[in-house]
Amino acid sequence: MSPLRRTVLWALATAAVIAFVVAMGRMAIGPAAEEAARPAPGAVGLPDVLFFLLAAVAVGGAAAVAISRNILRSAVGLLAALLGVGGLYVFLSADFVAITQVLVYIGGVLVLVLFAVMLTSRITEVAVSNTSVGAFGGILLFVAVAPVLAAVAVLGPWSAREPAPLAPTTRVIGDALLTRWLLPFEVASLLLLATLVGAVVMARKEIKVE
Amino acid sequence: MISLVHFLVVGGLLFTLGLVTVATRRNAVGVLMGVELILNGANVNFVAFGRYGPAATTGQVFALFVILLAAAEAAVGLAIVLAIFQTARTIDVRQADLLRE
Repeated sequence: MSPLRRTVLWALATAAVIAFVVAMGRMAIGPAAEEAARPAPGAVGLPDVLFFLLAAVAVGGAAAVAISRNILRSAVGLLAALLGVGGLYVFLSADFVAITQVLVYIGGVLVLVLFAVMLTSRITEVAVSNTSVGAFGGILLFVAVAPVLAAVAVLGPWSAREPAPLAPTTRVIGDALLTRWLLPFEVASLLLLATLVGAVVMARKEIKVE
Repeated sequence: MISLVHFLVVGGLLFTLGLVTVATRRNAVGVLMGVELILNGANVNFVAFGRYGPAATTGQVFALFVILLAAAEAAVGLAIVLAIFQTARTIDVRQADLLRE
């Protein structure tokens, strides 16, 4: 593709995104925002501060994953994002999910990712390790998607109930897994077995008989 | 006071950043990281809707299944990345366009 054509295409994409966001704001978000009732702001307490701290850790880590040029820094950002999300689970009274998040994601997935990074990329060459197509496209995508999702979250007609007080959840989750969700649970164990075998078969080195 | 909306916004931001990562990265491992972020954003929504809705346990069970699927996806995905690296000596997703060696 010639540079001129590429520039024109990018300009068209930018115009489309801006037009999309403006149209969304005019037609959907504006009227809904006028109708939505504003809750009275309460006093800021320690839980609020903690929530915003955890949310900042999660979103900041995610931003580091998206932005960083070094794949190892991306992995550390992923660690922060997963830890922050785990803290949010605790906030949501989901203690078992939070522990599972730490065990499976940080103990398993993140270690796998780090292994893959070490085994594949020439991590010392920053330019090679984590090139991205271009910051401009990423920013464009972010501008197109994030405001829409945030507007839906803020303006959606959620009939949110007053949450139940904090309580341990392990027992009810165990009950639910072995009664209502028994079939998905068993299918999941089969899936894990298949994954285990499949991953070993794919990742092993083939020894060719000469 | 923290409400459902706060969690939904955080989930949406995680999802968007994951989407940006998947769309812009050329490194296959980076793309996998983006997928993990997307799944985490969805998970925050599941648990938050469960907490502020009528079915707290269902939301958490869904989140557990998503975590399980993410682990399986990461294992298989990284095995594929290793296999591609052994064949093509690169994990640039644009270079991996052959079905044979």
